[in-house]
Amino acid sequence: MSAAVLTTDAAQAGTLRIAFAGDWMLAHGLPGPDPVLDELRKTPKPSAIAFDTSGLGSWDTGLVKTLMLIRKSADANGVQVDDSGLPEGATKLIALAMAVKEREGARRSEEYKPLLQQVGDGAIEIWEGGRDLLTFVGDTVLSVRRFISGKATYLKSDVALHIQEAGADAFPIVSLISFLIGMIFAFVGVMQLQMFGAGIFTANLVALAMVREMAAIMTAIIMAGRTGAAYAAQIGTMKVNEEVDALTTLGINPIDFLVTPRVLALILMMPLLTLYSSLMGILGGTMVGVMMLDVSLVQYVEQTLGAVQLNSLFGGLFKSLIYGILVALAGCQQGMACGNSAMAVGQCTTKAVVMGIVLIVISASVLTIIYINLGI
Amino acid sequence: MTTAENHIRVDNVTMAYGDFLIQEKLDFAVRRGEIFVIMGGSGCGKSTLLKILIGLKSPKIGEIYFDETPFWSSPVAEQETLKRKFGTLFQSGALWSSMTLAENIGLALQQYTDLDETDIREVATYKLSLVGLAGFEDFYPSEISGGMKKRAGLARAMAMDPDILFFDEPSAGLDPISAKLLDDLILELRDSLGTTIVVVTHELASIFAIADSCVFLDADTKTQLATGDPKELRDHHPNFVVRNFLQRGMAARDVDAA
Repeated sequence: MSAAVLTTDAAQAGTLRIAFAGDWMLAHGLPGPDPVLDELRKTPKPSAIAFDTSGLGSWDTGLVKTLMLIRKSADANGVQVDDSGLPEGATKLIALAMAVKEREGARRSEEYKPLLQQVGDGAIEIWEGGRDLLTFVGDTVLSVRRFISGKATYLKSDVALHIQEAGADAFPIVSLISFLIGMIFAFVGVMQLQMFGAGIFTANLVALAMVREMAAIMTAIIMAGRTGAAYAAQIGTMKVNEEVDALTTLGINPIDFLVTPRVLALILMMPLLTLYSSLMGILGGTMVGVMMLDVSLVQYVEQTLGAVQLNSLFGGLFKSLIYGILVALAGCQQGMACGNSAMAVGQCTTKAVVMGIVLIVISASVLTIIYINLGI
Repeated sequence: MTTAENHIRVDNVTMAYGDFLIQEKLDFAVRRGEIFVIMGGSGCGKSTLLKILIGLKSPKIGEIYFDETPFWSSPVAEQETLKRKFGTLFQSGALWSSMTLAENIGLALQQYTDLDETDIREVATYKLSLVGLAGFEDFYPSEISGGMKKRAGLARAMAMDPDILFFDEPSAGLDPISAKLLDDLILELRDSLGTTIVVVTHELASIFAIADSCVFLDADTKTQLATGDPKELRDHHPNFVVRNFLQRGMAARDVDAA
């Protein structure tokens, strides 16, 4: 395998002779066409170019793409091309590549945007995204009204399936996470409160933390990663497969058919899952508390029951309801806004999870402030 | 172009995605009961035009008339009523994956008729048998082949006995025998039911087998280059691009001068 060599020779009157020698294979490194392109841009320009390939060995696309660049530059500079010296195969490939004219306006180039324009474009994008989201929320509210009044088109079997997926199927992961969270709280509580001889108040810490905040927020985060992502992927894939278009052309509102059953399923299941998560968390805390503290199971349970007030319980369940709505809306909205490719489905799924978690955190903060002000 | 026979009329339609122009000044009519083909090279906007015809995307300029009733300038309720007269076979079949074939066909009947479940099932069975899928009522889309999905999609499109059937690339991805069977089915539907059929395709064999009339969209000039009988266009149209397309790239340029 000999190295590829490109030489130019302007010896003949007005004609630039370009010699290709060695093996012009892509895999073995090739010289760039710059010396030739410089010659073609020089003043005075050569009137024609000709090729000498007597020293050329093996060649592949590496040779043809170099020839294409030279050919295009020659055409742009009005220089005649004599391709009689080229291998017949290369001449044919160049002719084939140049047979169809480049479509006008099709080529995309990286457009330079000043910083201010980028900021402006970003702001417009956020504004339009927000408007789309609000439109979607409005459409969903109207759809829920149609659902309640029996005017929405949906499959009852779909609702049951979504309830199962968002409810019973989520039990194992909710059980595991909640149990562990309860245990962690109890460990921290025992270690700290025992120093003050108040170890028994670990039961209060675990119960209140789980019932008021942690059960709802952990369940919501699990559901954002699990169910919200699934909603986005399911609806996004349906968009890619034209299934959403098929519904629309049939006069069936895709929000009624696809979004509302999912949103309602999650709204229904979130408080139940949160209640279950609270119980699992308290169970985890109880296990650690009873093992590490010098208290009986009955004492610990009594302490727990005394700590949890009804307003804490309902406050937590209300939060879970809000989180459920937000997770379902984020998942369905991203699915409905999905593009028409497999990559778009992946992107909308990721966005659904991120959006869901961000909305959970924001709403948790807002609700906490409201609860404090209301004395709950 | 406002004859009483016109079932669909495309009036000075310009279509674009944002600022990117796809086609402009489209102006043609589809007569009642004919098979009309929208053809052109890849990327010329055939499928976009179909989306405009079936109410999925609005034109930038212009209007679509069905029996001289404007579609896009009508209120949404009227658009929904007009849409019920359409049946659409999408390129991939677009069957709802969570539903069986019978449920796919039955959904529109459940929505728009008072038929009970037994009758809906019977209609679904009949429609599936029309497309050669008798016995597949309880299959899910994931359990059948690509060609069968297309046929099931056609059965769903025919569920409400539509006035107009739209087909998006019906032969794409089908073997020659299946494609021929689908062409025969399209002809049969037109002959026996008098359905107006609009087909988006660039399959020449299909075009010559089924089309009564056609429109040729060109990606370079971004407008329609020809309308009429495809065989006429192939043999006598003065524009080389049209002839060359219909002759599979074998047209002679010298006819231009004739």
